[in-house]
Amino acid sequence: MAEAPRANLDAERLLAHYRMMNRIRAFEEAAEAAQKSGEVKGAIHLSIGQEAIASGVCANLRRSDLIASNHRGHGHTLAKGASPAAMMAELFGRATGTCHGKGGSMHIADFDIGMLGANGVVGAGILIAVGAAQGLKLRREDRIVACFFGDGAINRGPFLEGLNWAKIYELPVLFVCEDNGFAAMTRTASLSAGGGPDARAQSLGIPATLVDGNDVAAVDEAARELAQRVRGGGGPQFLLARTYRLRGHTVTDAAGYRSAEEVAAKQRDEPIGRCAETLLVAGRSEAELALIAAEARREMADAVAAAREAPWPSRALAWADVQDVGSPQEARR
Amino acid sequence: MSTLSYLEAARLALAQEMRRDPLVWALGEDLGRGGIFGQYKGLIEEFGPERILDTPISEAAIMGTAVGAALVGTRPVVEMRFADFALCAVDELVNQAAKARYMFGGQGRVPLVVRQPSGMWRSSAAQHSQSLEAWYAHIPGLVVVAPATPADNFGLLKAAIRCEDPVVYMEHKDLWGLTGEVDERADPLPLGVARRVREGSDVTIVTWSGMLRRVEAAAELLDGGPSAEVIDLRTLYPWDRDLVFASVRRTGRLLVVHEAVQTGGFGAEVAASVAEALFDLLRAPVRRLGAPRIPVPYAPPLEEVCKIGGAEIAEAVRAMVG
Ligand SMILES: Cc1ncc(C[n+]2csc(CCOP(=O)(O)OP(=O)(O)O)c2C)c(N)n1
Repeated sequence: MAEAPRANLDAERLLAHYRMMNRIRAFEEAAEAAQKSGEVKGAIHLSIGQEAIASGVCANLRRSDLIASNHRGHGHTLAKGASPAAMMAELFGRATGTCHGKGGSMHIADFDIGMLGANGVVGAGILIAVGAAQGLKLRREDRIVACFFGDGAINRGPFLEGLNWAKIYELPVLFVCEDNGFAAMTRTASLSAGGGPDARAQSLGIPATLVDGNDVAAVDEAARELAQRVRGGGGPQFLLARTYRLRGHTVTDAAGYRSAEEVAAKQRDEPIGRCAETLLVAGRSEAELALIAAEARREMADAVAAAREAPWPSRALAWADVQDVGSPQEARR
Repeated sequence: MSTLSYLEAARLALAQEMRRDPLVWALGEDLGRGGIFGQYKGLIEEFGPERILDTPISEAAIMGTAVGAALVGTRPVVEMRFADFALCAVDELVNQAAKARYMFGGQGRVPLVVRQPSGMWRSSAAQHSQSLEAWYAHIPGLVVVAPATPADNFGLLKAAIRCEDPVVYMEHKDLWGLTGEVDERADPLPLGVARRVREGSDVTIVTWSGMLRRVEAAAELLDGGPSAEVIDLRTLYPWDRDLVFASVRRTGRLLVVHEAVQTGGFGAEVAASVAEALFDLLRAPVRRLGAPRIPVPYAPPLEEVCKIGGAEIAEAVRAMVG
């Protein structure tokens, strides 16, 4: 398979990634704290350690392009351009949330910025992305779809069915497999036969690129190339990004199935620190980078404060948007 | 007797059945690390990785291979993690497991149990909160069980594992921590036999699973008012018509309460059956209380809309008794 070319991004672009990754990290840390304090009720899956993939891929998408995500979708959504205040409010279940509090973390969606939804069902987003691409093709639009999923999803039928489908109809989809090594509490490698997600894609004739998912410049370069091919009518492309999930599967998962040493070793490889090193070598100052991180934290603290103050959705909203025909009514079950 | 949680009771039942019969085995995601709720904790240490099988995220394969393995005489316990994910394996359950014996003229049997943790729990929203028991009760060939107490989760899971038919076994996620007395040496409970939880004379309340606690709370609230007889159905298919009918013959009133959406819920089956058989001696129209026909929303105040509390049940009883 093609190895991504050695990245040599200009410093401004790298700095933008640094900012985005810090925003994602700060969002996740704020969400984690709010879950621990009991303010965020539903389960949340943090993408801490995986920020480079969201940032690197979405930097190569236009606002009009689409993404479909999975249960670990905060980073994708932020990188696609969603408002963290609206996202945080959704986690808090407030009326000002992206879905008016009706979805929560696992169902964040923001159609205005082309985010077709996180998903509570592993692998389900793959078919949504493929279908969206088919719809765009039917409409003769030159938008493309990026689809994020984990290495665990490749063992579900929709992975095979969706990739095959995308290839036979040559649909404009960029498949992004975030290989963090785990499927919930299980190491995925022990349960996945063959040469890996990329080999599976290639067996269907979909070109696959392997990239170090903790190197944001490398992800950006690879995604740029693949997105260009997809946009140019080259059919579906596959990006396999290797990374590591630094937190438990959910906030409440203590992750006792892996050692502290393993996590500590991986911590040294995390994408924000690596990006900072490159930026420092390129002449950026520690102070500038610290300021970016602080700004990100402040932005997310503001998002939390706003979510806390935001109103709950009105009861009437529970009855809204179920369906047009036969819409349910409070008076009658 | 010992005090066990609903979760521990099921774990013990499974362990006992696995000790008793080497052909009982379990398969599902994360089982080697105890399962997502801890229902399988310690079992891989005792029974090894062949009988506590860690599977990929492949629901169709988990259910489908269990059907094949059951056809050759093993007894798989299928873990679906959340009832919502069992929807990824409905073909394997409904078209294969439920039909094989009949279609093949009785040549094969599919003695598997499908555990489907169900119901609302910790603001889990639309794709992790559903109660879909009525779907399975509708399917010829399936047995449907929904335990409400630790003792029942012990006795009914044992019965489900020993049952020769495919059993959909719906544990309520909000009951995992509920504790109660369990006789660790008890025999399996018979499937299809309901339990009269409380005696009463004015109204029969039929319920199951997570709603039993709410119904019991309602009966307490009514103290001094109308007297409610409470029946926990325990098994939805087959359901205990005898016990329910006998009770309604005495009380003359029936209220069915369930967490699932009311429209097309299993309460409709119970209510219609009673209305058909006992119409002449009913003292009030039969009544159902179920969730509105909306997906379960995330925000707590919206999720409340889907929940039926003791006060609402008590209110319905008062209205019926008049
Ligand atoms: C169909 C289905 N099966 C099981 C689950 C439970 N589940 C949620 S996330 C997850 C692990 C997913 O692993 P992966 O796709 O690699 O993503 P990661 O969590 O590593 O980001 C599992 C098993 C689910 N949500 N949907």
